[in-house]
Amino acid sequence: MSDTWVILGASSAVARAFAREAASHGAALVLAGRDMEDLEHQAADLAIRYGVPAMPLRFEARDLATHAGFVAECRRRAGDGLLNVFLAFGVMPDQAAADADPEVAAGMVEANFTGAASVLGALAPVLEAQRGGTVVALGSVAGDRGRKRNFLYGATKAALLVYLQGYAARLSGAGVRVLCIKAGPVDTGMTWALPKLPFMASPRGFAAAAWQRAGKGGGSAYLPGIWWPVMTIIRLLPTPIFNKLNI
Amino acid sequence: MPDTLAAPAATRPTGWKQVSLQGWGRSSLSPCLAARPERLRELHAALDAPEGRTLIAHGGGRSYGDAALNTDGAVVVTGRLDRILGFDPATGELVAEPGVTFADLLEVFLPRGFIAPVSPGTSHVTLGGALANDVHGKNHHHAGSFGEHVLWFDLLLPDGRMQRVSPESDPALFQATVGGIGLTGIVAALCLRLTRVPSNALAVSRRRVRNLDGFLAAFEAAAGATWSVGWIDALAGGASLGRGVLETAEPSEARVESRPPRARRFPVDAPGWLLNGLSVRAFNELYWRRVPAAGQQATVPYRQFLYPLDAIDGWNRMYGKQGFRQFQCVVPPGPGEAALRRLLETVAAGGNASFLAVLKVMGRDGPGMLSFGMPGYSLALDIPARPGSEAIFTQLERITRDSGGRIYLAKDSLLSAEGFAAMYPRAGEFRAVRERVDPQRRLSSDMARRIGL
Repeated sequence: MSDTWVILGASSAVARAFAREAASHGAALVLAGRDMEDLEHQAADLAIRYGVPAMPLRFEARDLATHAGFVAECRRRAGDGLLNVFLAFGVMPDQAAADADPEVAAGMVEANFTGAASVLGALAPVLEAQRGGTVVALGSVAGDRGRKRNFLYGATKAALLVYLQGYAARLSGAGVRVLCIKAGPVDTGMTWALPKLPFMASPRGFAAAAWQRAGKGGGSAYLPGIWWPVMTIIRLLPTPIFNKLNI
Repeated sequence: MPDTLAAPAATRPTGWKQVSLQGWGRSSLSPCLAARPERLRELHAALDAPEGRTLIAHGGGRSYGDAALNTDGAVVVTGRLDRILGFDPATGELVAEPGVTFADLLEVFLPRGFIAPVSPGTSHVTLGGALANDVHGKNHHHAGSFGEHVLWFDLLLPDGRMQRVSPESDPALFQATVGGIGLTGIVAALCLRLTRVPSNALAVSRRRVRNLDGFLAAFEAAAGATWSVGWIDALAGGASLGRGVLETAEPSEARVESRPPRARRFPVDAPGWLLNGLSVRAFNELYWRRVPAAGQQATVPYRQFLYPLDAIDGWNRMYGKQGFRQFQCVVPPGPGEAALRRLLETVAAGGNASFLAVLKVMGRDGPGMLSFGMPGYSLALDIPARPGSEAIFTQLERITRDSGGRIYLAKDSLLSAEGFAAMYPRAGEFRAVRERVDPQRRLSSDMARRIGL
C-alpha cells in the first residue's frame, strides 16, 4: 500500500503543483477543497498522468464541526498506508479590505489560522497512531515581521508557525515530521493581480523544492531559499527605519 | 517602482492586471488587461471583462503575430487550465483542458505508445491554440490539420453558455471555431484522437537538394513518406535558388535512448547587427553541408524531429530587440510553382537575413472556415523586423494572392483586409456564425480588427 497525501486546499496552484509532485513519486492523493468540479478535474489529471489513485473530498476550513468526520474519511481512504498532509489553504484579501470590514478580517483569521489549527488538531491522533508520516504546512515570509502592506495576513501565518512548533513537539515522539514552509511569493492566482513581487517562484519549482525539503525532515524552511537572507535583514532592521519603509 | 501601476488594481475587479504582451515574433508590444484563470469557475468569471473591454483567449503565446493580442482590450491566459481529463487507450481518445501543451502529450503519452496526430513545430503550443489556429505539421499531406482529429470541444460562448460542439451537433460552429482564431468563444475542454506509434523514435533520412525544381520533384517522389519537410537556404539565389535539405521520416520499430530534454536558453536579446547577411549565409551553408552528398539516415526521438527549435529556449531573442516577423503561405500546385520561385527571389534579392525557410507539401483543405490548409506547397520564413522590412511583406502578399494562395494567420502580423478577403473565401460564412454567437462582438483581437473581421 502506497503512502497517501491529503492536500488541504487542493485547488490552489501551489497545492496542485505539490499534488503532481507527490503523484510523480507514486503517492495516492486525497484532494480536499470546496470546488468539487475542479477537484474532479484534478483527480482525473493525476490518475492519467501518474497512474495513482486520486480522490476528491469535500473540505471547508471554516466549518469546524465537520473536521472530525473529514479526518475519519481521510484515514479510511488512506487504507493501511501512511497518511501525510499538505496544508495549503489560506486567503489573502488586501489589508485595506480587512481594515474596512471586520467580517473580511475575521474570515481571514478563521480560514488561515482557526481552520488550520482545527483540522490539524483533528489529525493529530491519527498521525500519532500511525507512528510516522509528514505534515507540510504553508506559512509565509509575511509571518516573520508585520509589514504595513499585509500584517493581518502575516499575523495569521505567524500564529500558524507557532502552532506548528508546538504541534511538531507533540508529534515528535510518534516519529511524525512537521515542516512549516515560509513561502515567498509564488506565481499563482493569489499574486497575479498584485504589483510585481521580487523573487517570484513558479508553482512547479516551488513544489519540487518543498517535496525535496520535506524529505529531509521537519522544522521550518524558507522557500525559495533566497528569502532566508532577505528576511533575516528585514527582521533585524531597527523599528524606526522599518516603519519608514513602504514594504 | 512608481505606485501608479499598482494604484488602479484596487478599483479593478479581482483577477485582472495590466500587462504588455508580445507575439512570438516580438515585433510589437501590446498593452492590455489580463486574467489567468486556474479553474473553470474562474474562466467563467473572466468572460466578464472589465470596463466593457473586448476579450481574446491567449494560450502558449506562440502565435507569431497578433492573433492572440488585444491592444487596450483584455486577454484570458489559458495556460493554467492544464488538466488531462480523460484518456481511453483502446481508442486513443484524449480529453483535456485547453492549456495542456504538446510537450505534456509527449511526456505523458509517448511512453504509452501514442503521439499527437498532428503537431506544430514547437511543443509549447497549447491544445486550445492548436484548435484556434487549426495547426498542421510535417505530416499534413497525410494527416491533414489538427481540427480533423478533434471529435468535440466544450466552448464557452461570449454570452456565458457552455456548449459541447462536434462536427455533427453544430457543423457551422465547429467549422467556425476550428481555425477561427478565438473569435467564437473560449475552449474549455476538447477531445482529440491520438495516434498509435510503435516506439519513441523515427527513422529519418536527409538528403541535399540542389534547387527548387529538385525540391518539387523530390517531394513528388516522397509522397508516400509519413512525414516530410524541406529546409531551404533562403539566401541562395541564381541556379541554387531553393537549394536545401529534404527530411522524410517514418515511425521506427526500434526505440532509442532518450534523455529528458534540457533546453538551453538563449540568454539575451542579440544585438541587431548579429544577424547580417554574412552570418546567416554562413549558418545556412553549414546546415547544407552538414548532410553528406550521399544522404544520411538516422533514428531520432520524436521530440528532436518534431520540435527542433525547442532545443533552445527563447530562440526568438536571436533576432534582437526589434524582433522579427514570420511569413508563411500556401500556394496551389501549378501556378504556385512559379509563385514559390518569385517568393524566394524576392527574399533573396532583398538580402533579408533569414534563417532556414521551410517548404512543405500540403494535402487538403482544412475543416475550418478559416483553416489555412489547402492542396499545394507551403513556404515559411523569418524576416527580421528592421526599418523598411514591412515593404517586402506587401510584395510577398501580392505574389501569394495572385497565385491563388493564402497566408497563415497563426504566423501573420501584416496581412491586409483586402488580402484576407481574397484568400479566405469562406470568411462570409464565418461572419454569419460570429453574428449568431457573438452579435455584440465581445470577442476581438488586433488581428481580427486588422483583417476586417
